Order: sequence, then C-alpha cells, then structure tokens
Amino acid sequence: MTQTVIIIGAGIIGAACARSLAGAGFDVTVIDRGTVAGGTSSACEGNLLVSDKGAGHELVLAQYTAELWKRAAVDLPEQLGEAFPDVEYDPKGGLVVATTPAGAEPLLAFAAGQRAAGVDARVIGPAEARVLEPDLAPWIEAAVHYPEDAQVQPTIATDALMASARLFGARVLENTPVLGPLLDASGALVGVVTPAGPLRAAAVLVAAGPWSAEVASRLGVHLPVRPRRGEVLVTSRMRHRIFHKVYDADYVGAVGSDDSALQTSSVVESTGAGTVLIGSSRQQVGFDGRLRVDALHEIAAKAMRLFPFLADAVIMRSYGGFRPYMPDHLPVIGADPRLPGLWHATGHEGAGIGLSLATAELIRDLMLGVPTAIDSAPFALSRASLAPHLMEVA
Amino acid sequence: MVARLLPGGRDPIRPAPAVPVTITVDGEPVTGVTGQSLAGVILGSGTLGFRRTSMGNAPRGVFCGIGVCFDCLVEVNGQRDVRACQRRASAGDAVLTQHDELPGEASE
Repeated sequence: MTQTVIIIGAGIIGAACARSLAGAGFDVTVIDRGTVAGGTSSACEGNLLVSDKGAGHELVLAQYTAELWKRAAVDLPEQLGEAFPDVEYDPKGGLVVATTPAGAEPLLAFAAGQRAAGVDARVIGPAEARVLEPDLAPWIEAAVHYPEDAQVQPTIATDALMASARLFGARVLENTPVLGPLLDASGALVGVVTPAGPLRAAAVLVAAGPWSAEVASRLGVHLPVRPRRGEVLVTSRMRHRIFHKVYDADYVGAVGSDDSALQTSSVVESTGAGTVLIGSSRQQVGFDGRLRVDALHEIAAKAMRLFPFLADAVIMRSYGGFRPYMPDHLPVIGADPRLPGLWHATGHEGAGIGLSLATAELIRDLMLGVPTAIDSAPFALSRASLAPHLMEVA
Repeated sequence: MVARLLPGGRDPIRPAPAVPVTITVDGEPVTGVTGQSLAGVILGSGTLGFRRTSMGNAPRGVFCGIGVCFDCLVEVNGQRDVRACQRRASAGDAVLTQHDELPGEASE
C-alpha cells in the first residue's frame, strides 16, 4: 500500500522530508503558501555545525546529520546532473575563540564536554589559531578548532533537495496555503483544506518553520514555536581572508538563551564569491521584519573584535530571517499524539539547514514504523520539557 | 526629452564638445569621453566582462550600473575593489581587472 503524505512547508525541512519519504515510496505532496525556500531557508547562513551544540540530544542529531550531508553532497549532483547549481557543500571547519579571559574557561569546559560526546574539538593556542586564520585579532585568549563544521548554500540546498524529491515522484504546490483540517468521523486528520479544494492524505506533516504555530492552529492544535529574528551583514567582495566559520564563544550562550531581548555575538565567514557574512543576532520581535540598526551596529562592532581588518570593509547589504524557536531548545520531530494523522518536523531554530537531513530520516523511519538510527524520543512532542509549554494556551 | 542622441545644435542642454579621456585597462590604452565612469569607458570600448568570479571563473561586468551590486569591481591606481560604475574616469587612470582565486584546501 502506498501511503500518502502532505508536507506543509517548502523550506529545507519540508524539502528534505519530501526527498526521504518519496525516496522510500511514499506518495508525497508538498504545499506552501509561498514558494520553495521562500522563508527562513533563504534568510540564513547555511550552517552545518556541531561546534555550537553541547553534549546532548541536539548534538546527537547534528552528528547524525553531518554524515548524511557528506553523502548528500555526492548524491545530489549525481542525481540532478551538471546543469543544477552546486549546493556549495564546504567542510571548512569551525574556529571558536574567546576574546576575554572570562570567556576562555567556559569555552574550554564546553569543548571538553563535546569531546566526551565524540566531537572532534581541538583546543589550540592563539598562535595556532593565527595559523588557521592569519588575520585574527591579537587578543585571542583561547581557541577550539572543530574540523567537522561545514556549510552549504542554503537556498540552493533547499532547491536541490526539492528537485531530488520531485525526481522521486513528489509533487510541489506553491502559493497554496492551508485553510483548515479535513477530519474523518473519528476526528482523525485525513488531509487539509486549501483554496484549490481539499487534499486528502494518510499523514499531514507540519514543516513550516517559524510559521508552524499558525499552521498547527489552523489544524486545531497548539504548537509552541515562536519566531526569533536573526540579522546578517554582507560585505562587498574582497580577497579571501577568512577560511573557517569563526565565531566568538558568546554565540553558544546566545543560541541557548531564552532571553527575548536583543543578543548578538560574532559569527564571521567568507563565501566562495568573496563576500564576508557577519552575524549574528537573536531577538524576539514577532514577525516584525523591519531593519534593526541596533542589532547591525552590535554585530559589526563585535566582528571587528575578531577581525580588525573588517573596519575597512564595505557593507553591501544586510538580511534577516525568522528562526523557529522552541522554548526547550529542541526540534519537534514525530507524530502528534493529540491528533491522529498529524506529524511535526519543526522548531530547529538556527540549525535547521544542518539538521534537515537527519530530521527527514527520522520522519521517514517513524512513518515506516522501522527502527530509527538514533533515539527519536527526545524530539517527541510528548517529552517532559515541552509539557508546560503545550498547556500554556490550551 | 528623448532617449536618442540629439545633434549638438538642437540639444537644449548645449553640451560642451566631447573631450576624449584615455585610461589603461590591464595596460592597454582605452579612450572614452570626459565625464564617463570607468565602467562607461570600458563598456564603450566593447568589453562587457572585466572581472572573473572566484568560484566559476565566469565573466562579470556592469550588472546594476548604479553602485548597488558590486559586480563591476576593478583595481584603480593601486586601490582594489572600486566600483567601476561609481568612479569617474580620469586621464591616465590605471585600471586592473580583478580575479581572486578561491583559497585552496583550508589549512588544517
């Protein structure tokens, strides 16, 4: 029997799930109120990081997905052919530095915990750090090199995963919002209502990133995903002078924070084109997409603490996006026990590009009812850390 | 106002006669009209692509023409990353076209 699945959301999570499910023989339809990679997936940096994740469930997912990206970087071009743009998979490695004595000790302790969890986290001295990054500031107190960090061009990666899904038979319906649920007599979800009419499926998967709460509420359930805004500055092209993802140890604290006020920390990297991407900020401002000069100001100032030469760089543009924030800092991956037929793959905050492939494999195996490669229970909606947040609005 | 070139006598703006200006592009002399941007002079010589990308070694030139896209970067008199569309050509400007190789394997 072919099982039909509707995936709501054509970002990287939806695209990856469509590819894994269609590749396993599911009849997949992806719907999105906009276009493929029209939201968060085209407003981010394309991080495939293990370095910013402390020992724990998200790190396990990140380690799983790192292996999957290595394979996808080979499989996607083979499947899509020469004419399809390169996803720019670059295992460039990460370099995390502390610029103050106070920041050094937490960084080294964090790295020790990661090493115990199997992460290649190499403590190096400031001199070695400057071998990796010759233009690094002289006031580096401690540095950890993470050779497993990588990146992709996120918009192309999303497009490539969706193109791959289509080759496996998936359909994509753009400009198709979800208006409401299709329920059977027992109250189970058997599809969605769209402006073009009802779409029936055995399973409906919400993969709408920061808009997942709204989608879920249209289907009749509360999901505590909130938008968290992040800004990135882009310099004009220059000679390549930054060779890794370089960030300040503060980044880990900002990502893991629950604070809704503006938080910034330096994340600096160059792209193949020669531009330098300078992040990052986190701010809970709803879906307000207005330019945040205060955030950009802080980001720029902190980037110069890492790379003083950036003081002379020309800023070409900035962009921002909404990250799907979960109150307990873990994505939701799996079936929703409150509404039979409903599934979720969302809430990855700033790590969705990287975590997409592992999320998709978990969803596929859970839908097939076969054992998953890693334990999926920590990502279940029924986990204890999420319980208070599910009750909030209900 | 019309988009095509008017005979000098009928142009209400009464432009001064065109004065040639000569720059060099990668050492070769190229002559344009005083007042043109470097991009204008280079385009006028028939060259469309005068930068090569790092990733695909593909030609780039004037894309937006108004200083936004940074595609037309050239080196001018020793200064890198000048937008050719935003710099007025001065006699004797030495323009070098730019290409930056991708860094090799990131040093481990």
